[in-house]
Amino acid sequence: MAHRAVALGPLRWTGTAAAVLVVALVLGTLAAVASRAGSGAALASADVAAVLFTLQQAAVSAVLSVALAVPVARALARRRFAGRRALVALMGAPFILPVIVAVFGLLAIFGRGGLLNAGLGALGLGPVSVYGFGGVVLANVFFNLPLATRLILQGWSAIPAERFRLAATLNAPVGRLLERPMLRDVLPGAALAIFLICLASFAVALILGGGPRATTVEVAIFQALRFDFDPAKAALLALVQVALCTVAAGLAGLVTVPAAFGPGLDRVPARWDGRGRGARLADGAAIALAAAFLLAPLAMVVAQGFVGLGQLPLQVWPAALRSLAVALSASVLAVGLALAMALRGGALVQVAGVLPLASSALVMGTGLFVLSHGWLDPGHIALPATALVNAAASLPFAFRALAPAVGRIEAAHGPLADTLGLTGWPRLRWLYLPRLRGELGFAAGLSAALSVGDLGVITLFAGPDSATLPLVMYRLMGSYRLQAAAGVALMLLAMALAVFWAFDRGGRGHAAA
Amino acid sequence: MLRLEAVRIVQDDFALTADFTLPPAAVTAVLGPSGAGKSTLLGAIAGFVAPAAGRILWEGRDLTPLPPGARPVSILFQDNNLFPHLDIARNVALAITPAARPGPDVTDRVHAALAQLGLQGMEGRRPGALSGGQQSRAALARVLVAGRPVVLLDEPFAALGPALRAELLDLTRAQLLAAGCSVLMVTHDPADAARIADHAIVVAEGKVSPPAPTSALLADPPPALRAYLGQP
Repeated sequence: MAHRAVALGPLRWTGTAAAVLVVALVLGTLAAVASRAGSGAALASADVAAVLFTLQQAAVSAVLSVALAVPVARALARRRFAGRRALVALMGAPFILPVIVAVFGLLAIFGRGGLLNAGLGALGLGPVSVYGFGGVVLANVFFNLPLATRLILQGWSAIPAERFRLAATLNAPVGRLLERPMLRDVLPGAALAIFLICLASFAVALILGGGPRATTVEVAIFQALRFDFDPAKAALLALVQVALCTVAAGLAGLVTVPAAFGPGLDRVPARWDGRGRGARLADGAAIALAAAFLLAPLAMVVAQGFVGLGQLPLQVWPAALRSLAVALSASVLAVGLALAMALRGGALVQVAGVLPLASSALVMGTGLFVLSHGWLDPGHIALPATALVNAAASLPFAFRALAPAVGRIEAAHGPLADTLGLTGWPRLRWLYLPRLRGELGFAAGLSAALSVGDLGVITLFAGPDSATLPLVMYRLMGSYRLQAAAGVALMLLAMALAVFWAFDRGGRGHAAA
Repeated sequence: MLRLEAVRIVQDDFALTADFTLPPAAVTAVLGPSGAGKSTLLGAIAGFVAPAAGRILWEGRDLTPLPPGARPVSILFQDNNLFPHLDIARNVALAITPAARPGPDVTDRVHAALAQLGLQGMEGRRPGALSGGQQSRAALARVLVAGRPVVLLDEPFAALGPALRAELLDLTRAQLLAAGCSVLMVTHDPADAARIADHAIVVAEGKVSPPAPTSALLADPPPALRAYLGQP
């Protein structure tokens, strides 16, 4: 890498500085949490219950998501049908969907006044409740069934078409010969990835959980800070959360966790199995049910949202501006850091690029809260702290999008740039920036969309005058102004999709040859 | 003059020694079997491969500590000789300056070089909008504009058809010699060497032979070259 050091010139130091900043943020907030946790707080039985609940909901959500995803992925892997490409694309959408919006949509179907209970009531059956364990798992599956489907579909796509041909000529069982070994490889990694995500599912548990029997560690952190004004307790819980995440991430390191944005999901190889009526029915049902499960809540958000648009309270507009400002700041920061780090390369940035995954947004937020406690008004730093933590949270995704692309660019065009003496800024200007445009747009869109819909750190800091749009929506739901909340949900959905689309499109526009 | 002085290149279990002076203002072919180290030799002169021992001298000055961009050397690779996202005028101008708005003198030189190679009117096109032969001409224009006295050709026309390749080799020879360059050209084809190279060196069995007149070398090849050419 000595060679790349010469080629980058002073840019190398920006990469080093970016990596150091990320490491300092993650470890600094952790150190703040650790030092504060030492001062006399102890875990109560309610906190032990929170740990158990966190593990249970994550484990059940992971197993259910993966188990339900297998038939959906198999159907997508072996059927060609109109709308298949759109459905695969839809499977990527929940990643940028604001959690509170999705939960609102799920409540419209499965909630107390939702379609499901209306139907059950008409049949004379008792209402079902989605609050508590069941609701948390339902929402987690909503978010992670698509992710699991994409991961497993990648496994199917990775089986070479020739193997299916060979199996067909031998009249061999495709399931036992090709599919089961693939699933054995892919499923543990997929389940662990989802388990990790669900360990830190704050917003879902905040809205659908709560109460002594359905509180996750992260919700307990929030309650300790906001209701009990007990930073020491919050810090201790944050340490517990980091320990959980670190152990799970360590386990995930033993299994290979597949990448969620791999190529090649458009391809359907010719298959000679699964032609029976039973298989066709099963595949059709899996696809229809999955599509309905994903689309119905979104359709409810749109339908109720249009009605609610007339009820929007005035505080929505400044909140929307705040959300946009936070999202753009977080996006610029995340992409800038990721770019500087990806260009630098080397072991330091590899570590810094995944480090935020080992902590969690709420833990970093708790650290910032503890650090600023007593000398800064939480309300004043609510937006900068949210933007900073949002940036750190999306940095690993931005880095994963950029780093391999930088490697490919160096391999193909580095020698020419070297002979032309393009180093430092000119190399960035003429080589990296134009060739990374697509990846930069994607990463910026992802970061902005994740940030715009984030209901996390903001809940720890916000006063009455610094609420973001998701927090306004949460407060509206809390005071049962559901029509207004529906209007905000539609706004949030539109904003998340719009910022992602605008950046991603900007990266693709005038695509270079 | 470019001189390789007791240069030894080591890569894993591969080693190559070279000690010769490149004939000035002439074209010298590099012949030898695949994997013998022809491209590696060019890489060492261009600055991509650091020799384990020895010096590479230009007019008595040691080039070995210099990065590729600071050497008096231009190189044409097998591919990726132009940035695909920039138009060819910008591609050629980058050989002079990385400035976003080059002065009129730079623009004039770029346009003159492109016109000289028959690419007038195509300055604003990206490489993808040009034929293979036109792309090769644009890359050659870049080398001419760079004005560096040593030019290395690492089979840049290998992907072209025989007639086009012959045409471009003739053009390259004429343009580079007119500019006074010393040219080192890797080739697989003895006919190409005979066509445009005054001298040839043979890279085989870990050694680089000193330059000899191409016609004499091909008429009476040394054993290693004889085996490569498939002659008894």
